[in-house]
Amino acid sequence: MMPTVKDVCRHVRSKNAGPFWVTFDLFFDGPENFQAYHNHPALGPDLFHRLFGADPALVRYYPVPGLNMLKISHARTSPQGGVVERDMHCGQQYVRLMDVELE
Amino acid sequence: MLDGPIKILVPTGSLGAGASEAEVRYGIAQGAHAIATDAGSTDSGAAYLALGISKNNRGSVKRDLTILMQAARAAGIPLIIGSSGQAGGDRNLDWTRDIVLEVAGEQGWAPKIALLYCEQEKSVLKRYNADGKVRPLPPLGPLDDATIDACDHIVAVMGAEPYIAALEAGADIILGGRTTDTAVLASYALWKGVAAGPAWHAAKIAECGGQCAVNRLEGAGVLISIGQDGFEVEPLALSNRCDPHSVSAHMLYENSNPFLLTEPGGILDVTEALYRQVSDRSVKVTGSVWQPQPYTVKLEGAGSRKFQTVMLIGIQDPQVLSQVDLFHDRMLAALYDRVHKTIGAAAGDFHISLRMYGWNAVSGDRPPPGTPAPREIGVLFVATADSQEMASQIAKACNPYFFHFPIVLDGELPSYGFAFTPADIDRGPVYEFLLNHVVELDDPMELVRTVWIDMSEGEKA
Repeated sequence: MMPTVKDVCRHVRSKNAGPFWVTFDLFFDGPENFQAYHNHPALGPDLFHRLFGADPALVRYYPVPGLNMLKISHARTSPQGGVVERDMHCGQQYVRLMDVELE
Repeated sequence: MLDGPIKILVPTGSLGAGASEAEVRYGIAQGAHAIATDAGSTDSGAAYLALGISKNNRGSVKRDLTILMQAARAAGIPLIIGSSGQAGGDRNLDWTRDIVLEVAGEQGWAPKIALLYCEQEKSVLKRYNADGKVRPLPPLGPLDDATIDACDHIVAVMGAEPYIAALEAGADIILGGRTTDTAVLASYALWKGVAAGPAWHAAKIAECGGQCAVNRLEGAGVLISIGQDGFEVEPLALSNRCDPHSVSAHMLYENSNPFLLTEPGGILDVTEALYRQVSDRSVKVTGSVWQPQPYTVKLEGAGSRKFQTVMLIGIQDPQVLSQVDLFHDRMLAALYDRVHKTIGAAAGDFHISLRMYGWNAVSGDRPPPGTPAPREIGVLFVATADSQEMASQIAKACNPYFFHFPIVLDGELPSYGFAFTPADIDRGPVYEFLLNHVVELDDPMELVRTVWIDMSEGEKA
């Protein structure tokens, strides 16, 4: 079975980082999973374009080895509170990452 | 030279969230030099700046102020509050000022209060922009006058300097307009000459109060002790503790970059920071670096350009629930058609959205084939138009179709479950943040107006 994000992380969350950006925190389950998956191509900018419509040029990656975590931030496609707002604080956006397959 | 660390009592993550008397008492007993907290952020959306209102009820803010003012007065230490009234606009600040004056009256106290205003005139910002002193932050582009004009209120987010000036002038209470969370908490230590790296980093860690502790639900506040070589942090609730993981993880929170934090006048760099346990309940952090930069402040501007009217139905009809996406697409097409036929061009640049709660309302994406049918769904209809009247007319035009739209075309017309009468609710303006820009300043006080209230003397500018 191919592992998914939820198989290799102990905690995943998402939140606004100001009104124009959203940030995802992936806390991997231990240093082995961090090493094996934090650079995985399946988590690349194209994923955020496909799932959230993000501009791939505005997806940023910040690995934090000391915490076995990866922070991914991207510009919101629509600023907070706009006409098509569905998740004002982006607190539910992480859920769509959970089943991403890491082959 | 300092005798020892500067201790800042951070009673809660945000004024009005619920300070604890016992926790504040503990922090004071530990020798706190000041009480500091922010009272808001942009996090709850643009409406609070656009309208000049708090998201908190008055009673919860008054309750916290009562506890904090009593403690600050008894201990003879300053009370420092930033981003007053949620958004830190002039109206938000005045709302908070009035509560402080009321509490002071009740306590028989006549404190010296500094009010730091940072709301900006549009003409002033246009001048800065014309002078090339305004820069966009991604994803926005260069600022134009039309965008400035579209804002109802604009604030220039303050750094620590206005607070330091107010402390220097002997303020008992400082009520700041919009300020970076960190500047509010760092200001006292910076005033006392503590190294900037530890002061800013401690402030970032303490900005959400007890959020940096192991158990985030236990207790509201933290105590930060800031020295020249680093800082220590401990929760104010004795039953809770900080550990290196809980503290370092907080640097990630609501922050797009976990290592660099841009502040007015510099960048906090925590790339090399070390976190270690120094007692059962406290963590010491060293290695935080402050890199001075040209002084810039961020602009936050909120306004509204569109209006919305909403309707809500509940659906349990199994035939609809077995093909929600098809139902959504057909109904949406029918609603647009209905508006074109009954209102026509007068509807202007309108937008209709159907949010299928219980199916895909939060994401708007398509669930994979084979996803089981839900037991029921709520459908939120959102019409957006250039005026409230037009949004309302669009909703009224759509009402019969929204209420009766059939999925089986040859059957009897269904009636879905409205929850209210009238069915359509004018929701008001769509408030948005329209600015994501910084202004370069020669003087940190350039865009700040300080007003003093010495309650023993009355108000003077």
